Amino acid sequence: MIALYATLLIPLIAAGVFAVIGHWKHAGTLNIVVCAATFATSLQLAVNIFNAGAMITPGGMFYIDPFNVYLILVNALVGLTTSIFSRPYMAHELKIGRVDNGRMRLYHSMFQGFLLTMLIALSTNNLGILWVSVEGATLATVLLVSLYRTPESIEAGWKYFILCGVGIAQALFGTVLVYFAAENAVPGEGSLLWSVLQEHADQLEPTVLLLAFVFLLVGYGTKIGLVPLHNWLPDAHSEGPTPMSAILSGLLLNIALYAVVRYKMLIEPALNNHLPSYMMMGFGMLSFSVAGILLHRQRDVKRMFSYSSIEHMGLMTFAFGLGGPLATFGALLHMIVHSLTKSAIFITVGHAAHIAGTQTITEIRGLIRTQPTVGWTFLLGTVAIAGFPPFGVFTSEFLLFTATMKSFPWLVVPLLVGLAVAFAGLFRHVQPMVFGEPPEGQLPVKANMLPIIFHLVIVLWLGISIPQVLANWLDQATIMIVGKGIL
Amino acid sequence: MDYSQLTLLEQAVLTLSALIMLTSFLLLAQSRIVSLINTFATQGFFLFLGTCLIAQSSGRYHLYITAVITLVLKVFFIPWLLRRLVRKLDIRGDVENVGGPSLIMIAGGALVLFSYYVALPIRELSTLATRNTIAISLAVILLGMLMMITRRKAVAQVVGFMSMENGLFFAAVVSTYGMPMVVELGVAFDVLVAAILFGIFFFQIRAGIGSLDVDHLNRLHEVDR
Repeated sequence: MIALYATLLIPLIAAGVFAVIGHWKHAGTLNIVVCAATFATSLQLAVNIFNAGAMITPGGMFYIDPFNVYLILVNALVGLTTSIFSRPYMAHELKIGRVDNGRMRLYHSMFQGFLLTMLIALSTNNLGILWVSVEGATLATVLLVSLYRTPESIEAGWKYFILCGVGIAQALFGTVLVYFAAENAVPGEGSLLWSVLQEHADQLEPTVLLLAFVFLLVGYGTKIGLVPLHNWLPDAHSEGPTPMSAILSGLLLNIALYAVVRYKMLIEPALNNHLPSYMMMGFGMLSFSVAGILLHRQRDVKRMFSYSSIEHMGLMTFAFGLGGPLATFGALLHMIVHSLTKSAIFITVGHAAHIAGTQTITEIRGLIRTQPTVGWTFLLGTVAIAGFPPFGVFTSEFLLFTATMKSFPWLVVPLLVGLAVAFAGLFRHVQPMVFGEPPEGQLPVKANMLPIIFHLVIVLWLGISIPQVLANWLDQATIMIVGKGIL
Repeated sequence: MDYSQLTLLEQAVLTLSALIMLTSFLLLAQSRIVSLINTFATQGFFLFLGTCLIAQSSGRYHLYITAVITLVLKVFFIPWLLRRLVRKLDIRGDVENVGGPSLIMIAGGALVLFSYYVALPIRELSTLATRNTIAISLAVILLGMLMMITRRKAVAQVVGFMSMENGLFFAAVVSTYGMPMVVELGVAFDVLVAAILFGIFFFQIRAGIGSLDVDHLNRLHEVDR
């Protein structure tokens, strides 16, 4: 209990403090310390849940179970490693004059504010608060997307604000409908609490719930970046500061997907049909295929990896829609490995962009000669995200494909084609960036590669052997979601 | 439904919901920025009245708190903020030519029909007279979206956005007597922050592209050209 409150309070206080002292020259270091503290408390929380099972706070405000606690842990971990990267990165941006003191305050404060909203979204028991905090995450990051105040970044920020705002409004309407459907079955204030609704799932009104799910999927789906609601995503991820791209791509998308999966768990048992699953599979497959093709036509390296995020989120949505223990286990594993790999890649891309002084793919050349550590990690990260063995992304995709083979064999064909297309798109751009001829006078930059190597080592480890603890844990979450585990 | 069987208060709620939808249509057609903001404030006021009436007729007195939040936020604060921004940015006299007004009106009418169709299963479940207004709230949301699509000026888009919020709020009030208080406060907080952020964005857009016409925000493309 204390661990949970500490996990939420630390970023809350930090966001307030950074609003005042965020431009202090040691603010970046303090940011690391704060993130480390959050990580420590969330680790404690995870251990508690693992030993004692699901927990609910008095008054029913927060509800922690194996499904969300592992996302909380991933959140805190990626937050920590990104803060380690962010310190020298933002110092460099300050030095070259892209940001000033005021914007540094905004940046550090909102960095913590963003982590806070995501942690609340994950830990809350109230479906209304879930909505409020997902919208809060948009509000916290929207000014960071336009932090550099270039016309492009302002456009990206505006698009992000308007599209996500409109999208998420649909999700609120869906939430209202769920509340309406629950009102008769569950009297009183409890009818928006996840823990209460779950017990009464079979008494809820099916027609209203189906309608609600459509609104919820469109609403939170905008935030996941599902095609055709994805337009904001590549802009927002490519125009903001790179540490923001890392946590947007690595974490925010997961939160929205988490919300959809929670609602699917609630709504599908009440319906007696599989429409929610089919809708998720359809949207997922569409996103997966379209994003893979669009990857080929990008010029900006961060945009390219944003499309890769859409592709992977599509795959996960598809997997959760497919249901069944194997696919769900694979999707949960994919959430971790994608978060870790994608944030590692964005951090490397940040270094690469500092080396080359631009984000344009055709102008980044010869990384491996200028700075071998950056070049190699860039290459290995791309190999990992493309789904090569022995990395963890391969494992989760393999599980997923096996599950697909069992229930919808013919869908394996578009999945494999999509993977091949995305792979070709990534490597056609990455190969010259890493191995090409470096331009005259290109110099290495001061880079802290530890976070990236740490992420990639975990991903590699998960690919070779999933530790028993984690496997049990994911299995517990799988049992929660589909009622049956694989171990 | 036989309207004469309803109590006077419930009939008043129905009238007000009709007025709320009417203001949504007015927003769609309004071309002057200042009158746009006034119409938006009027819509907020109808919302406030409607919430008060529902609170009175249902005996759920916590709805009065919700109503007061609406009054402060949607009738006073946000319109005040927008008027101030319009003055500061010196765009008071701006007139926006709404392209194809008759077409937009027809589209709006179609959206209302669509909302009634979508809300049909809900209306059949309803035990309360006022619940038939859930279709109207959905229509207000969709009309707000239509407005955001058809407008080119950033200020008008924000008014559309906020009017969508009005629709959502109305949906919560008429279908379930409002959300739990903590959610209600959270949503109000989000709307407040969003309004302030929009203000900041107006200045950024103006400084970045020299105009508040979002047509000029066209540098980022899906694929490279």
